[in-house]
Amino acid sequence: MTRIELTVNGEQRSAEVEPRLLLVHYLRETCGLRAANVGCDTTSCGACTVLLNDVSVKSCTVLAVQAAGMSVTTAEGLAPDGELHPVAAAFRQNHGLQCGFCTPGMVMAAVSLLAENPHPTEEEVREGLEGNFCRCTGYHNIVASVLDAADVLDPGGTRAAGVSA
Amino acid sequence: MSILGTRVLRTEDPRFLTTGGVYTEDVVDDRLAGACHVFFVRSPLAHARINGIDVSATLSAPGVIAAYSGADLADLPAIPPMMSGLINAEMTRRLLAIDKVRYVGEPVAVVVTEHPYQGEDAIELVAIDYDPMPPVLGFELPADAPLLFEAAGTNVAGELGNESSLQPDLFDGCEVVVSRTIVNQRVAPAPMETRAAAAAWSTDGRLTAWIPNQGAQGTRAELAELLGLDQSQVRVITPDVGGAFGAKFGADPEHAVVAWVARRLGRPARWTETRYENLISMTHGRGQQHTITIGGSRDGDVRAYRLQIIQDAGSYPRIGAILPYLTIMMTTGPYDIPRAEAIAKSVVTTTTPVGAYRGAGRPEATAAIERAMDLFAAEIGVDPAQVRRKNLLPAFAQPHRTAFGALYDTGDYVAGLDKALEAAGYAQLRKEQADRRASRDVRQLGIGLSSYVEITGMGDGPESPPTENASVEVHPDGTATILTGTSPHGQGHATAWAMLASDELGIPVEKITLKWGDTDLIPEGGGTGGSRSLQQGGAAVQQASRELLEVARERAAASLEANQADLVFDRTRSAFAVAGDPEASVPLSDLAAAERLVVRTVFSAPGATFPFGTHVAVVEVDTETGKPTLLRMITVDDAGVVLNPLLAEGQRHGGIAQGAAQAFVEEVVYDADGNPLTASFADYPFLSATEVPSFELAEMQTPTTYNPLGVKGIGEAGTIGATPAVQNAVIDAVAHLGVRHIDMPATSRRVWQALREAAALSGSEDT
Ligand code: FES
Ligand code: FES
Repeated sequence: MTRIELTVNGEQRSAEVEPRLLLVHYLRETCGLRAANVGCDTTSCGACTVLLNDVSVKSCTVLAVQAAGMSVTTAEGLAPDGELHPVAAAFRQNHGLQCGFCTPGMVMAAVSLLAENPHPTEEEVREGLEGNFCRCTGYHNIVASVLDAADVLDPGGTRAAGVSA
Repeated sequence: MSILGTRVLRTEDPRFLTTGGVYTEDVVDDRLAGACHVFFVRSPLAHARINGIDVSATLSAPGVIAAYSGADLADLPAIPPMMSGLINAEMTRRLLAIDKVRYVGEPVAVVVTEHPYQGEDAIELVAIDYDPMPPVLGFELPADAPLLFEAAGTNVAGELGNESSLQPDLFDGCEVVVSRTIVNQRVAPAPMETRAAAAAWSTDGRLTAWIPNQGAQGTRAELAELLGLDQSQVRVITPDVGGAFGAKFGADPEHAVVAWVARRLGRPARWTETRYENLISMTHGRGQQHTITIGGSRDGDVRAYRLQIIQDAGSYPRIGAILPYLTIMMTTGPYDIPRAEAIAKSVVTTTTPVGAYRGAGRPEATAAIERAMDLFAAEIGVDPAQVRRKNLLPAFAQPHRTAFGALYDTGDYVAGLDKALEAAGYAQLRKEQADRRASRDVRQLGIGLSSYVEITGMGDGPESPPTENASVEVHPDGTATILTGTSPHGQGHATAWAMLASDELGIPVEKITLKWGDTDLIPEGGGTGGSRSLQQGGAAVQQASRELLEVARERAAASLEANQADLVFDRTRSAFAVAGDPEASVPLSDLAAAERLVVRTVFSAPGATFPFGTHVAVVEVDTETGKPTLLRMITVDDAGVVLNPLLAEGQRHGGIAQGAAQAFVEEVVYDADGNPLTASFADYPFLSATEVPSFELAEMQTPTTYNPLGVKGIGEAGTIGATPAVQNAVIDAVAHLGVRHIDMPATSRRVWQALREAAALSGSEDT
């Protein structure tokens, strides 16, 4: 067992964990934060995506001990007061979710993508979300949600050349 | 103004977007406190006899509580094949294999541990002595293929007609006859949430099972049967379900084993399968071989069509084994073909069982006839749109009976085709294609069409009217609760059903709660599948709301001391008022406070409905690498009246993507020994966001008269229309180079091979 200290959704936490414990299982089982899901065993699907120091990671591929000293944000952490985060709100507005299983991971990936590239083209959104699978939406409304969120988050900004929306 | 037909945002979303859904693995419940964890030992061989199973080594592994093999469950009845009237009744299975395994992934033993992390290691310690047998793979099995079920005496699970029933003169008088054998390949439903179960027994011997499913009542019935219980002893609860696509109907052997373990150990038990298990052990979809023969005149009149189907049912016949029944029913699709016939045979192979997958039997029919139309068009050198227009059934308002027994309710197929062509800019696309062909562009353009009609909301059989129940209750605080026998898993029923009740009762959508999926609360229901929910479950909600208003009217009349006939219902206040005296009124909530205000009803439809449409796919094929890129998808999907365009469009998008994925990306592959080569998301080419464009949806609404809403099913249109459109488009892109057909998935490699073969052929003709 190893002791780790980390911040989860702004809250300081400390825990004794097995060295092989995956971050996603730490979040789900130890912290009771079950928004992030496990959809595969090969780091392919992105259902487990969370932010680690504000950058999206697949939490099924990170050991809990590797997150020591870092700050983790899950979908729950985007909505501390139950108010929808602008990206989450855009997913609702554009019907970017159906069964919801991919959604927490998808939203976290989108938040990270928009932080890196505030005004992506449709193609950039699709490339940015390539590692996040969705079986329900055909990606159409997910892409629309992310493009819409970009406009909401930074209304004045302009998309890179080759605009497509 | 009515809320119906408007883009109401989903009431279920805030929850999914903050704390996330509560899927079976997420369920926290007192009854599951201290649950143990079940792990399955699965067969590594496609076909083998089991000589012995030794679980002793695993019992001393850390955290192992128990381990069981088939012998421990031998007192449970053998599981008959689904539809044992149509399918060879000797093709039975056990919850855990006893003397033989018949596919890689078949559950053979279970290990039960304290913690989830202990199971993966512990299952490695179960020693099983196998005697390998030759695998049985493919569609046309050799006569001397080993038998999967010796007692059955055959690998044919069932037949609908046979070669001797074919008419030898079917194509007499046709100027042109084209025939081809094509494959509608096996794919994985792969919902993002894998299968799971949690089970707890109460002291009175009753089972409560949490299972992701498409209809708790059907799951209860199958679970009870698998466990040899009466249905009254089983309660199924449906948590949020992370996608299903036909593969989560009923109960699987694994679900029953988890319940059995919980009873045996006197302790709740849980199981969540890994993606590896999901890809090899959840039922697969499709898996048909078609021999299509089409004949007609040189000017494009199709006179005769024959469809011969071989269904690969996988190892244990489930619903997939009888899906050819639906394929046959839809043989001629939207076309008026004077002579047509179809036969089918289902065979068992040493592979994962085949079940329903979005469309279930109908996409296969559409793929066959749409490929046939294109082969015919190519043979006579006529534009495929023209051939379709010439042969589509003319618009009809009275139900049309086909030669295969289907009764199409309403349709205007030509209008659907024309609308799609117009939205696509078809003439312009053909011109651009001609230009690229003329300039020998490396990137050639392909335009693919698919006109379809499908069956939705079918009852138990062709003659039994489909039904669904709903209850609506208004509460004293002005809120309402709906109970439905349908079972949402992404479709947005909570919003849609609330819209229907809101429209009748004048209660805002946000104040209406939908409940489903608990068999103690809702003992009857048909679940969600076959695109039945809105047209029957939704219609039931509207009917229940209207009946509730009649009950309320009676009570309001008494309370206001007025004649019922003098009362008007004021939706803006959700209240009955005396006509001409709005002050004299009583809200539904007050009536509910005086006496419980609840109505349960059963809606019954005269029959299934038949949505239709046309899809146009535009692809670019790199003729040097063979790589196809899907540029555009333009679709008309006419499913009658649309209740909430936001939800209907979402259903279309998802279906189109899955349909396109089958056409040029996805396939379940086995090697010659029957080993699955696509057992992880690293190997199964699951469609990603970069492989599809945004979709262009054109609107068309031809109401049905089979329900007061005028709606038909929309859930499966996408997979039915899109697959052949994309396949036809890829082939069309290289048709001028001599390619007539490419089997799905039309991957770069297959396209490249087809181009090489066509070039070799034209080369040899040149010399
Ligand atoms: S669960 Fe982490 S990528 Fe699939
Ligand atoms: S919404 Fe179901 S997997 Fe994305």
